Amino acid sequence: MAAKPNPTLDIVYIALFAALTAALALFPPLTLPVIGVPITAQSMGPMLAGAILGARRGALAMVLVIALVAIGLPILSGGRGGLGVFAGPTVGFLLGWVPAAWVTGLLHELGWRQLTSISSFTHAAVGGIVVLYAIGIPVLAFQAGLTLKAAAVGSMTFIPGDLIKAALTAMIAVSVKRAWPIIRPAAEPSA
Amino acid sequence: MSALAALLRRAPAGAKLAALAIAGTGVMAIADWRVMVDLALLAALAFRLAGCGTDALGRQLRPMLWMLAALFLVQGWLVDWATAALVVARIVTLVLLAALVTLTTPAEAMIATIERLLAPFVRFGVDPGRVGLAFSLALRFIPVIGEEAERVREAQAARGLGHHPLALILPLIVRVLKSAEDVAAAIEARSGHDDPGRAAPSRSVW
Repeated sequence: MAAKPNPTLDIVYIALFAALTAALALFPPLTLPVIGVPITAQSMGPMLAGAILGARRGALAMVLVIALVAIGLPILSGGRGGLGVFAGPTVGFLLGWVPAAWVTGLLHELGWRQLTSISSFTHAAVGGIVVLYAIGIPVLAFQAGLTLKAAAVGSMTFIPGDLIKAALTAMIAVSVKRAWPIIRPAAEPSA
Repeated sequence: MSALAALLRRAPAGAKLAALAIAGTGVMAIADWRVMVDLALLAALAFRLAGCGTDALGRQLRPMLWMLAALFLVQGWLVDWATAALVVARIVTLVLLAALVTLTTPAEAMIATIERLLAPFVRFGVDPGRVGLAFSLALRFIPVIGEEAERVREAQAARGLGHHPLALILPLIVRVLKSAEDVAAAIEARSGHDDPGRAAPSRSVW
């Protein structure tokens, strides 16, 4: 495979991962027995896009998902879509997908050569949980008029599900790196 | 069709988006919960007058119902009931107004507006043609990937692999990645040169 940049291929990857994230909404949600909070597959989208496409393309795929939601496609889990989503209290957890995918992607690029399921899990958790919640919680507090603490406590119920998603992302990222690697770290000498 | 329905369907997407942005800022200035609840009721009425129907109204609000109920209780308990009513009515109003814009604007008009809004960013390296291509491709891929997921699911069920999420997502992703190069090659072959901006389906925007 040629290592030279191919802008058309990049656009195809971005569109494919935007569509894949939309398709993840079709997976039936899993309900954790103890906590009772439904886990939707869709929020794996930003972690997967970052871990497989890298920072730039992963973040752009999430920008495209958000733009598709904005123009009215009902592609979010539960069939939500349209500009109404952006007036809702949890919009930060949607907008946060862009930096979440970017950070997940950047960490994967930096640690690409020595990628293990453990390091990939850490990268996905930092990008897809720490970064995402750092944006989602203040927006929730602002939109809903809650204190930061109340918004944070309310959001904690989703952490176990997100940890499971980070683990799944890590297993997928490591397998995909073996089968069909897309990320090419900048430091790598051109083949 | 009511006058409001005709107006909303004929108004340019850009004007509706601008009006929505102004409304979004405007409701933040309202501090009286009774005014806000009236506005929410007006937004619901506008929904009906625009010919969007009660079904569409329910589809917009049902997914948020539990969230809004929880929010109302938490606000009423932590702050006071007037604030609780204000916050919930504000969210309902904005959600309904935004949905109204979406429901009365075709996706193509929205994409065309996005491409036009991107024009000032050309100097920063943004290519509106490529953005349009990304939109068109994603719109095309969403049903394809949905079908592909269904096919993989059936194949795994036939092999007795059941519902393990990895057994479903991993083959789906590898298939998607493998198809990407063929799609890119097809786009470039059809456009006759390697400028993807030109490969976007012909749609006059300017």
